[in-house]
Amino acid sequence: MRSSEPRAPLGLAFAATAGLLFMLLPLALIFLYAFSTEERTYQWPPPGLTLKWFAVTWGRVDVWQALTLSVQVASISTLLALILGTLCAAAVSGTKFFGRETISLLVILPIALPGIITGISLRSAFNLMEIPFSFWTIILGHATFCIVVVYNNAVARFRRLHGSMVEAAMDLGANSFQTFRHVILPNLGTALLAGGMLAFALSFDEVIVTTFTAGQQQTLPIWMLEELVRPRQRPVTNVVAMVVVVVTFLPILAAFYLSRGGEQTVSGMGK
Amino acid sequence: MTALAEAGAILPSRGGIVGALSDLFWRRPKLLVFLMVLPALLWLGIVYVGSLFALLLQSFFYIDDFSGLIVHEFSLRTYAELFRAQNLDIIIRTVSMAAVVTVASAIVAFPVAYWAARYARGPWKAVFYLGIMLPLWASYLVKVYAWKLILAKEGILNWLFEQLHITFLLDWWLSLPLIGGNSLSISYTGTFLVFLYVWMPYMILPIQAAIERVPTNLLDASADLGATPRQTFWKVIFPLALPGIIAGSIFTFSLTLGDYIIPQIVGNSQFFIGQAVYSHQGTAGNIPLAAAFTVVPIVIMVLYLWGAKRAGAFDAL
Repeated sequence: MRSSEPRAPLGLAFAATAGLLFMLLPLALIFLYAFSTEERTYQWPPPGLTLKWFAVTWGRVDVWQALTLSVQVASISTLLALILGTLCAAAVSGTKFFGRETISLLVILPIALPGIITGISLRSAFNLMEIPFSFWTIILGHATFCIVVVYNNAVARFRRLHGSMVEAAMDLGANSFQTFRHVILPNLGTALLAGGMLAFALSFDEVIVTTFTAGQQQTLPIWMLEELVRPRQRPVTNVVAMVVVVVTFLPILAAFYLSRGGEQTVSGMGK
Repeated sequence: MTALAEAGAILPSRGGIVGALSDLFWRRPKLLVFLMVLPALLWLGIVYVGSLFALLLQSFFYIDDFSGLIVHEFSLRTYAELFRAQNLDIIIRTVSMAAVVTVASAIVAFPVAYWAARYARGPWKAVFYLGIMLPLWASYLVKVYAWKLILAKEGILNWLFEQLHITFLLDWWLSLPLIGGNSLSISYTGTFLVFLYVWMPYMILPIQAAIERVPTNLLDASADLGATPRQTFWKVIFPLALPGIIAGSIFTFSLTLGDYIIPQIVGNSQFFIGQAVYSHQGTAGNIPLAAAFTVVPIVIMVLYLWGAKRAGAFDAL
């Protein structure tokens, strides 16, 4: 069993640690800058630390509006994705039928192609059909690429759910709906929760498709993009950036604990 | 019980609409499958594929030079526009950047993935997992913003160079043609670093998955047959990890091709494909040319995927 506990070469240890630091340090920097007293530049090291900007950000109406819109969009898109994704996963995993492969390809396509293609094709379609840009056009775009996250999670779980359990429930007198409510749904529960949270995180963070499908509305990422292109009040942006990091990390950590059972849920997903 | 026994082997049909539906689904499972697939199929088919085709269709229209209006006739004129020097420059610039980012991220990602797959045990496994997952799922804009902070003139990187008294190295680097510029945040070097950072997790994950699948007894056999660790690495592990690298390169390459926000925020004012698409559909109102530009990454990616499939990269996803 010598090889199962190998000792790493020094060079590898160094390169791996450096790589990991490269990944994590920029995020740590975001946390530090949120407390900086500097107002006009990105000066390092920060001249002083303060909590003042948290209070200022708390009082900003535009930040609250953007946050509210983002939460609304993400909630509705997640709900739609949960319904569409779960139904589709149930159909694809339960049976073999003509066009099954095509459907899985269709579900994955919105996330496999670059976001700009999804964005511009939706925008030009809205223009062609003369649909005005609104809250609902944003949701139309978001739900489209959220389906795949729910679908992937649900398909993985359906694979482990034995058909015999469904048959047993029906043999014992449950109808299709009772079987769904009392047998299938409890088994799917955590997978749907993990998929739903990831869909929420994906929608909450999405900017590329949103720039094409939003009219005057500002979601939080759009607000952030405005600040990046034309900085107005940098300390407020610093605080918002930190809050966004915390908000996206919580579902990831939760999904990590929920899905430790062995299936891949968080990995391998593009944006 | 008695009622059931009297009814014999065949149960009486359940009453009510719910029962009737339930019985129907049981007798015709195909109908249930159809009804379950239908909503998603309609949604994706109409909203997504419909718009995609509408877009592709518009790339065959063209803008009339005099009136500036879109002429709705089939023509390849817009595609010919792509080969004009300025547009060709944009395509070459984007593809070269995607290639450099892909190669560099493979080099940086490999040791991390290798360590995570073969040496990380116990709590370190979790540290590596979260160390890769958190940057993957952290907000894209926040990651770009973090690099704006790092690369700024008064930021941490310049400060670090100053503290180490090697600012002359940075100045020398920035004085180089093409990759240099007035400062890091408005040079191709800056754009490259941000791309590298943002797509890194997409490269690490498939490589890690590929290395994790290499059976340990293969490595034992290699050592038993007299190979040095170095030989085992190059002759056994690396060839088996290669499909993972190719799979990761699909992500880094495709994502760099389609991005338009990073070069807009960190970089000089030269356009990338994504920016060209954005500006043509927006202020310029030249939807046909914007549509033709989006066809470029699609074509490149189809060729790339075809090549990757032949190299067996899809088994590593």
